[in-house]
Amino acid sequence: MTASGTFGNGVEFDDFIDINKLGGILLKGTTLHHREGNDYPRMAETPSGMLNAVGLQNKGAQYFCEHIYPKVARYNTKVIVNVNGSTIEEYIELTQQIAELEHIAAIELNISCPNVKEGGMAFGTSCPMAEQVTRAVRKVYPKTLIVKLSPNVTNIVEIARAVEAQGADSISLVNTFLGMAIHAESRRPVLSTITGGLSGPAIKPIALRMVWQVAQAVKVPVIGMGGIMNATDAIEFMIAGASAVQVGTANFIDPLITMKIIAGIEEYLNRHKMSSVNELIGSLQM
Amino acid sequence: MDKKVCDLLIIRNIKLNHDNYLLELESDELLGTIVPGQFVNVLVPDAPSTFLRRPFSIHETNISNNRFSILVKVVGEGTRKLGLLQPGNHLNVIFPLGNGFSRPKNYEKILLIGGGVGIAPMMHMARESKELGAEIHILLGARTDKDHILIEDFSKHGPVYLTTNDGSLGVHGFVTHHPVFSADHHFNRIYCCGPDPMTHAVAAKAAQLDIDCEVSLENMMACGFGVCLCCVTSTTSGNQCVCTEGPVFNTKQLKWQI
Ligand SMILES: Cc1cc2nc3c(=O)[nH]c(=O)nc-3n(C[C@H](O)[C@H](O)[C@H](O)COP(=O)(O)OP(=O)(O)OC[C@H]3O[C@@H](n4cnc5c(N)ncnc54)[C@H](O)[C@@H]3O)c2cc1C
Ligand SMILES: Cc1cc2nc3c(=O)[nH]c(=O)nc-3n(C[C@H](O)[C@H](O)[C@H](O)COP(=O)(O)O)c2cc1C
Ligand code: FES
Repeated sequence: MTASGTFGNGVEFDDFIDINKLGGILLKGTTLHHREGNDYPRMAETPSGMLNAVGLQNKGAQYFCEHIYPKVARYNTKVIVNVNGSTIEEYIELTQQIAELEHIAAIELNISCPNVKEGGMAFGTSCPMAEQVTRAVRKVYPKTLIVKLSPNVTNIVEIARAVEAQGADSISLVNTFLGMAIHAESRRPVLSTITGGLSGPAIKPIALRMVWQVAQAVKVPVIGMGGIMNATDAIEFMIAGASAVQVGTANFIDPLITMKIIAGIEEYLNRHKMSSVNELIGSLQM
Repeated sequence: MDKKVCDLLIIRNIKLNHDNYLLELESDELLGTIVPGQFVNVLVPDAPSTFLRRPFSIHETNISNNRFSILVKVVGEGTRKLGLLQPGNHLNVIFPLGNGFSRPKNYEKILLIGGGVGIAPMMHMARESKELGAEIHILLGARTDKDHILIEDFSKHGPVYLTTNDGSLGVHGFVTHHPVFSADHHFNRIYCCGPDPMTHAVAAKAAQLDIDCEVSLENMMACGFGVCLCCVTSTTSGNQCVCTEGPVFNTKQLKWQI
């Protein structure tokens, strides 16, 4: 699968790959109302990664349903909407609108965006709030509900258990890590928002540890991500217990990367005489 | 035109002066249409500290032999590595990206302005505009005489005017100080690419003279093809991605304080 915010609405990749070969695509973060996002600069390259501070720029739910949905509905893969809000009411209203759309297979409830002042990550960093928003959205969404966790917490297992108890069908992790970059010569922050979300290989070992911990603690399938750049990275996440993986920042560097990762996983399975990825999931040898 | 990711063969890498390189690249497939002002996004080989791709304007094309060139000014690790590449090496490139400059009409008189490495897209633009029958004038600005490159190649397409910040070649000062603006030229349009302060000054000058003006922006990019939303500029229709809605904008679209 592709990670939200790194794959546009899929259509941007039509020139490069056959999207139907993917397990699923996560569309870019959507909010109930139109958002302009943060000011430029929104990006800083950092060692083995990048910081972003996009701030959920999107045209809102109505535009999504009228203009984007018709384009993505034609894909023959699981199309998943990344749902964001700054209040519980916003999450509910947006979810209700998305629930009406036949070809949207699932929603990914983003309670982990570090780049918006109000809400966002606040829901993902406190157990009671994570429970509250998951419970509220569960009530209005009959299809598959994925909850995406923030890594910016001291105990990710607690939050994972809390959202599972409230009816999450699956848990995805991790979103970006809160970080910052400073331009030493001018002594100014690089990003307009001062802090931003770190992604890419720089975060992989921490993401892998969190996926491993969460996979052991919950029964629902876990979707792992964070710095996956090649098939071996993806395989490591599956060995740690992820039932599926999402590829994010790597799409920027190589728009063909998802196809290469799929081929690489197949090659690994053949080489290790495994008949399916299920043999791989959670197969860490201790 | 479809975007593609390809390994292109480096035919030549010419060192033009102390910090500028001209890389000529060849595709083994048909290039397709490339519009002046479009750019490419290059994966710098063997440069672990260069995590993201690096965007460069297409400098000139040669469609008949599937070649195009990029002009690279060394400013950091990625561009330094590109300068070291040898003919025979390959470069992984995503292209063509963005929208180019508008096409001038055959009766139009246009001024192309390039500052520093911002001269890059102007060679392709000058040649194609001339082929379309437009009258081309070219104004190039650089810090010193040593920083001025490719003047002879530009002069094949029309009169070239020069400025330097230190007065070592051409008119002393910035491009906007050049008398080509005060002469009775009546340009139909100005096309401009260069550092931010320069493009702002040119936009202000164009507004003052009531000349239509297009600028090519160089915002920091993570993807270059419209998926990360990192490269935005503030326009009359909200934040727009420079990589897909630009990099060329008419200055009327931009919310610049000029
Ligand atoms: C659409 C577009 C077209 C471009 N065309 C050309 C071209 O034709 N020729 C050319 O030489 N360069 C061009 N550039 C700029 C070029 O992409 C950067 O110089 C290059 O990415 C620097 O990489 P580096 O690893 O050498 O430097 P880094 O180590 O990444 O940076 C060195 C310094 O340059 C600054 N810098 C890096 N990128 C930019 C940028 N985009 N804008 C302003 N400052 C920057 C950094 O802040 C830093 O201070 C273009 C940029 C864009 C967005
Ligand atoms: C530019 C950018 C925009 C992102 N936007 C979103 C978003 O809208 N919603 C979301 O849940 N995650 C978003 N993310 C986080 C990614 O989906 C992913 O969780 C994170 O980048 C870690 O994976 P990676 O290291 O493979 O990129 C964004 C990441 C980047 C780099
Ligand atoms: S650079 Fe990614 S959207 Fe423009």
